[in-house]
Amino acid sequence: MLDLTYETPKIKTIAGARHDWELVIGMEVHAQVSSNAKLFSGASTKFGAEPNSNVSFVDSAMPGMLPVINEFAVEQAVRTGLGLKAEINLVSAFDRKNYFYPDLPQGYQISQLYHPIVGEGEVIVDMGPGVARKVRIERIHMEQDAGKSIHDMDPNMSFVDLNRTGVCLMEIVSRPDIRGPEEAAAYLGKLRQIMRYLGTCDGNMQEGSMRADVNVSVCLPGEYEKFIETGDFSHLRTRCEIKNMNSMRFIQQAIDIEARRQIALHEAGEEVVQETRLFDPDKGETRSMRSKEEAHDYRYFPDPDLLPLEIEQAWVDNIAASLPELPDEKKARFVNDFGLSEYDASVLTAEVENAAYFEEVQREAGDGKLSANWVINELFGRLKKEDHGITDSPVSPSQLAGIIKLIKSGDISGKIAKDLFEIVYTEGGDPAEIVEARGMKQVTDTGAIEAAVDEIIAANPAQVEKAKQNPKLAGWFVGQVMKATGGKANPKAVNELVAAKLGL
Amino acid sequence: MSELNKMTLADARNNLRAGEITSVELTEACLAEIDGSDALNAFVHNTPEIAMQQAQAADARIAEGDAPSMCGLPIGIKDLFCTKGVPSQAASRILDGFRPEYESTVSQNLFDAGAVMLGKLNMDEFAMGSSNETSVYGNAVNPWKVDDRALTPGGSSGGSAAAVAADLCLAATGTDTGGSIRQPAAFTGITGIKPTYGRCSRWGIIAFASSLDQAGPMTKSVRDAAIMLEAMCGHDPKDSTSADLAVPNFEAMLSGDIRGKVIGIPKEYRMDGMPEEIEQLWADGTAMLKDAGAEIRDITLPHTKYALPAYYVIAPAEASSNLARYDGVRYGHRATLEAGDGITEMYEKTRAEGFGHEVQNRVMIGTYVLSAGFYDAYYNRARRVRALIKKDFDDVFAAGVDAILTPATPSSAFGLGEMADADPVQMYLNDVFTVTVNLAGLPGISVPAGLDSKGLPLGLQLIGKPWEEGDMLNIAYALEGAAGFVAKPAKWW
Repeated sequence: MLDLTYETPKIKTIAGARHDWELVIGMEVHAQVSSNAKLFSGASTKFGAEPNSNVSFVDSAMPGMLPVINEFAVEQAVRTGLGLKAEINLVSAFDRKNYFYPDLPQGYQISQLYHPIVGEGEVIVDMGPGVARKVRIERIHMEQDAGKSIHDMDPNMSFVDLNRTGVCLMEIVSRPDIRGPEEAAAYLGKLRQIMRYLGTCDGNMQEGSMRADVNVSVCLPGEYEKFIETGDFSHLRTRCEIKNMNSMRFIQQAIDIEARRQIALHEAGEEVVQETRLFDPDKGETRSMRSKEEAHDYRYFPDPDLLPLEIEQAWVDNIAASLPELPDEKKARFVNDFGLSEYDASVLTAEVENAAYFEEVQREAGDGKLSANWVINELFGRLKKEDHGITDSPVSPSQLAGIIKLIKSGDISGKIAKDLFEIVYTEGGDPAEIVEARGMKQVTDTGAIEAAVDEIIAANPAQVEKAKQNPKLAGWFVGQVMKATGGKANPKAVNELVAAKLGL
Repeated sequence: MSELNKMTLADARNNLRAGEITSVELTEACLAEIDGSDALNAFVHNTPEIAMQQAQAADARIAEGDAPSMCGLPIGIKDLFCTKGVPSQAASRILDGFRPEYESTVSQNLFDAGAVMLGKLNMDEFAMGSSNETSVYGNAVNPWKVDDRALTPGGSSGGSAAAVAADLCLAATGTDTGGSIRQPAAFTGITGIKPTYGRCSRWGIIAFASSLDQAGPMTKSVRDAAIMLEAMCGHDPKDSTSADLAVPNFEAMLSGDIRGKVIGIPKEYRMDGMPEEIEQLWADGTAMLKDAGAEIRDITLPHTKYALPAYYVIAPAEASSNLARYDGVRYGHRATLEAGDGITEMYEKTRAEGFGHEVQNRVMIGTYVLSAGFYDAYYNRARRVRALIKKDFDDVFAAGVDAILTPATPSSAFGLGEMADADPVQMYLNDVFTVTVNLAGLPGISVPAGLDSKGLPLGLQLIGKPWEEGDMLNIAYALEGAAGFVAKPAKWW
């Protein structure tokens, strides 16, 4: 397998009053594991259920209830780790993070502070053809999600919905390798893409399946390089954490705004305080949430209800063997095997379903480039018009391959093919049969074309004279012939015949 | 047949199977005895309707020849066990009105084996205490008495011990985190076993300290302990710390033949200021085992002296986290709030009203030892000590010792209220012989072995190898036979 090679993207700088500043960003991404049951209980994880209907005795922390690990959730975390080319820890352990909040019934969150299940890995974040940032993953651990407190339903009361309580999250912690707002969004997008390929997280940000805490600091050119050389964090400046972001657009805005805030402080000789902040998209600012955080001492300690989680290398190997082809490899293969441009390969591999669709078309039609053009330009364009995804496509891969095969065989022209596509899209049916039934086949019978050419030449002697002076006018004859044949004549044959008859 | 309630499990079982008595008769005898026992304050929720239903069902099973090991035998359940539809509140105000919608695995196992539940038994609040005086229901009282002085039945399973010793039931469940089965058993002249950690499921038992808590039987004899333990224990997939091991037939292992068994006598358990009577009892017990053919060996468990401090770091640390769920949000007590009170006030007022003094003490200690900056000095160090204590035992067992004999408690039962003004550490010293066993996860049993000069029962403790409860029970059986303890408290209640 050939890997694509990448240039490192240019580092975005923000101009302050005195200096140009660079950004240093690390992210903690909380991804909800795709699993029917919660991390430590059998309750359902289905989104959008009636409040408090997906709640077991364990989730509601009834007295004497005990957590039991969901093996599938562990498998999903391992699968994710393998997908991020990360080290899998055969022994990991769960710790309790203690704090009081009504949507946290146990009074503690079960997490993995000291011994996470996944260690170091990496993600290649594409920033355009031939350009990518490598972001190192520090760790991935599993933890329970909290429930939802609802404060605006009643003026005097708060309500709690425990449906999310205990749902398994993976917290994916990056190194501070992200160097700009666009890279941050692209990193999140790449994680989402990989996890959707793996089937370990549905990546639905509106439903809260992916949320990110973003650590932002700024530095002067050269400082980051010193940090990378030495691994010494003292070369970096104080960071702030922007909590709980679930939109790519807001993440970019928040990073930019927060970086500018810090730059202003540095340049004014003031101190940046390490703290947690919230982004307010309406006001376009980040705000300290320190007052709430200040008192927290989470008193982490190993959860005595759970034994250390021990998994076997053979089990991990089995999961590794069943791993699907991942986006980077797929893209490289599309470029290498089908001669696609990197851009087209990126478009086709962005979503795993799109790539699968394309591959089916390619397999049947046998022409990678033509298949890619049709999938990207015609099919995606048409689907987008109606706001459909690939899974809603009324045209099956086999139908689209049928159209492409008709083009390749010369049975239909590209122009007719577009009409045919529209018929298949709206009415369905087998493309070859439609072409036959509706007489859409290209006329390649040179006799019939010749007769048409002769007729046009005979009827337009003046034009013939002009064309002999100016061969470019031959196109007028071709157009007339196409018109006369209802567009079905093979354009190549018409061109040749017109040229021959005019003696060009 | 008179005084059916005084029977052992084994006798009652045999009589039931022989058709000599019915479970309904047995149950009625116990219920009548309970009715007259208010002064003991052992039962805190009576469940006569459930008891009679279960007794009738048991009689039907026996009639059909389908009589499992506990069929028709009336027992009491410690209030720490969640029992479906029946108040289960760990003797705490904070669980006021709580009736679980589920049955703990251990009580379910007992019911599946045919046991009859008479009611819920008094205990120290959240099992935190050694005298049953921290209960929201007020203390249970020891049926044993000296002069007119009311004595503690011990704790935390004080109600269970008092009820069994006073023949209010044939046996009872207890739980043991640092000695809560063995100490009250010793104080009331009954047998109590804490099995190996992981032998009994903790599912549905209100948690105190998860890495130490174990359920076990409190009975009138070693044979009864074997019968009841077998019915209680077994692997439970709902408890991740439950061991996936087959349950032996413990009763069948009671041969009384302990020839060649090696009994360790740990020198570190010979405490300064230990009463002469306890020394004597220990020496007597050692002689009895030797006479029965066991080899006596002096052993050393060098880290014993660190056990109590380590225990009083680890247990409160876990408790502070386990008890966080009692916050007034979902069940149990919630304080009446004033206008303007927010969530913080709700937590503070609810927990201040709902938890008693000792529970608050331990929650605060636990919170402190886990807090940033103190974690390594306290909790982590205590965990290291725990590992060393476990290694002490591992080494001794690896060297061929089969069981270890120690006193169960440093004294006989003390007077109620006697410790009220004492330093809490004085009270914690009650656990000095028992906590090591919990820290190491080992099985331990307290067997009544004699009376002190005041006429109060004293117990000896045997500590067994992990998962070797059967062997330990057999040695206890030999000790019980040799000690011939038959004294009963004179009925005054």
